[in-house]
Amino acid sequence: MAERVVHIRNLHKSFGDLDVLKGVDLDLFREENVVVLGRSGTGKSVLIKIMVGLLRQDEGIMEVLGKEVSTLTARELNALRLKIGFSFQNSALYDSMTVRENMEFPLVRNIKNLTKKEINYRIEELLDAVGLPQTINQMPSELSGGQKKRIGVARTLILNPEIMLYDEPTAGLDPITCVEINNLINEVRERYKTTSIVITHDLTCAKMTGDRMAVLLDGQFRAMGTFDEVFPRATDQRIKSFYDYNFTET
Amino acid sequence: MAGEASDRKPFISKKIDKFFKGLADAWNFVLRFWKEVFLPPYEFKEVLHQCYRIGVESLPLISLTGFIVGIVFTNQSRPSLSEFGASSWLPSLISIAVVRAMGPLVTALIAAGKVGSSIGAEIGSMKVTEQIDAMEVSATNPFKFLVVTRVLATTFMIPILVMYTDFVALIGSFLNVNANELVSLSTFFVQVFESISFLDIWSSVLKSLLFGFTIGIVGCYKGYNSSKGTEGVGRAANSAVVISMFLIFIEELLALQVVNAIRGM
Repeated sequence: MAERVVHIRNLHKSFGDLDVLKGVDLDLFREENVVVLGRSGTGKSVLIKIMVGLLRQDEGIMEVLGKEVSTLTARELNALRLKIGFSFQNSALYDSMTVRENMEFPLVRNIKNLTKKEINYRIEELLDAVGLPQTINQMPSELSGGQKKRIGVARTLILNPEIMLYDEPTAGLDPITCVEINNLINEVRERYKTTSIVITHDLTCAKMTGDRMAVLLDGQFRAMGTFDEVFPRATDQRIKSFYDYNFTET
Repeated sequence: MAGEASDRKPFISKKIDKFFKGLADAWNFVLRFWKEVFLPPYEFKEVLHQCYRIGVESLPLISLTGFIVGIVFTNQSRPSLSEFGASSWLPSLISIAVVRAMGPLVTALIAAGKVGSSIGAEIGSMKVTEQIDAMEVSATNPFKFLVVTRVLATTFMIPILVMYTDFVALIGSFLNVNANELVSLSTFFVQVFESISFLDIWSSVLKSLLFGFTIGIVGCYKGYNSSKGTEGVGRAANSAVVISMFLIFIEELLALQVVNAIRGM
């Protein structure tokens, strides 16, 4: 059986009076790709932000690579973060830096004694992998939405993460670019042997990239399984409407 | 009526709560700065980069303002002194006014508008576009990289800019005095340096350090705590300027009391 890399049990998170996560359970195994689906505001992003320690749960267990995230010291948390790549919804590229500087930033700050040649090699290798070697000296403002997403993925890969978290990777992109990003997620997984969680409400993305689907409704996972297990035969009207909206021809 | 009263009560308490929570947050932010500033890793390169940015960004505006302040203040003071036949005291009057108050105050207010708003907007924009989160998940301390470096840069650069403003304002004043009273450069500056003491210079430098710290920390605090998208960024930049200016005037007033007390000893 594959090694378990993420273990979530009875996870709760509230913001003021608003209970967002109300007892979430999930196990993620090495080199598996789990897609977390749900409508906007259901706490999908909150879940992965707790995973990297950007937010802290109110209750429950969040173990990543065998470590409970909420009990880690700042140093331990940083060590864990180096093993997790987080691709943000809006790419979160540093505006004031070129693509090269964006990629260099996490690398030079976390891996000491790298030569200029090694840094350049790593940057160029990853830009090739995402198909954008020509953008190396461009500013983020000069890139399209799809290009930003790709560079954002390349930046997270520069530290060789074991786990990749994609927050709404296809949000705001045209259908062709969406397919390109979905292919990129699969390529990354095959080439770098990463374990991934993809947060999305795009069922095409889910179908293309996910081994397992987990549907978040009312702060809990209401359905879990392969795409065919969860969607076409869904009995829950909310899950069914999700499928119908995305796949039924009108 | 009872309903109205009960509606109003929590509204007032909410505002007061919010005010004190804001004060507590700001205090914690300042404490965090002092904690982080002494802990490694030290971001020397970024501090230098910020010093360069702050200095270069402010230089043209500060040069122009300082020069005009020198000319205008000299011109405005002349009639009053001439009435008593004391226009030869102009260099002394200008030097005291510029070094003790006008130089630090004018520089700090311009920097609050130019640098403070730029810091507030830049960090605010990074916050709302998740760039700060991105920094954090790549195991970089964003507080140290963004806040500590900028606050140190403003704290070091404002005193340098103040000395530069003093110099430019005195040059402006000299040109005016020279054109009207035919006073030479050496005579002008001898009078200038005779009128000011070490206490004036040191108090000006220390005050400027405080102004610089205020501009940096307020800009960073407002940016770091901004929310609500682009509207929040605008608000962060705006309130960074307003609060910095308000605090600078308060600090100027307090510094004046302290320096006068020392002078009286």
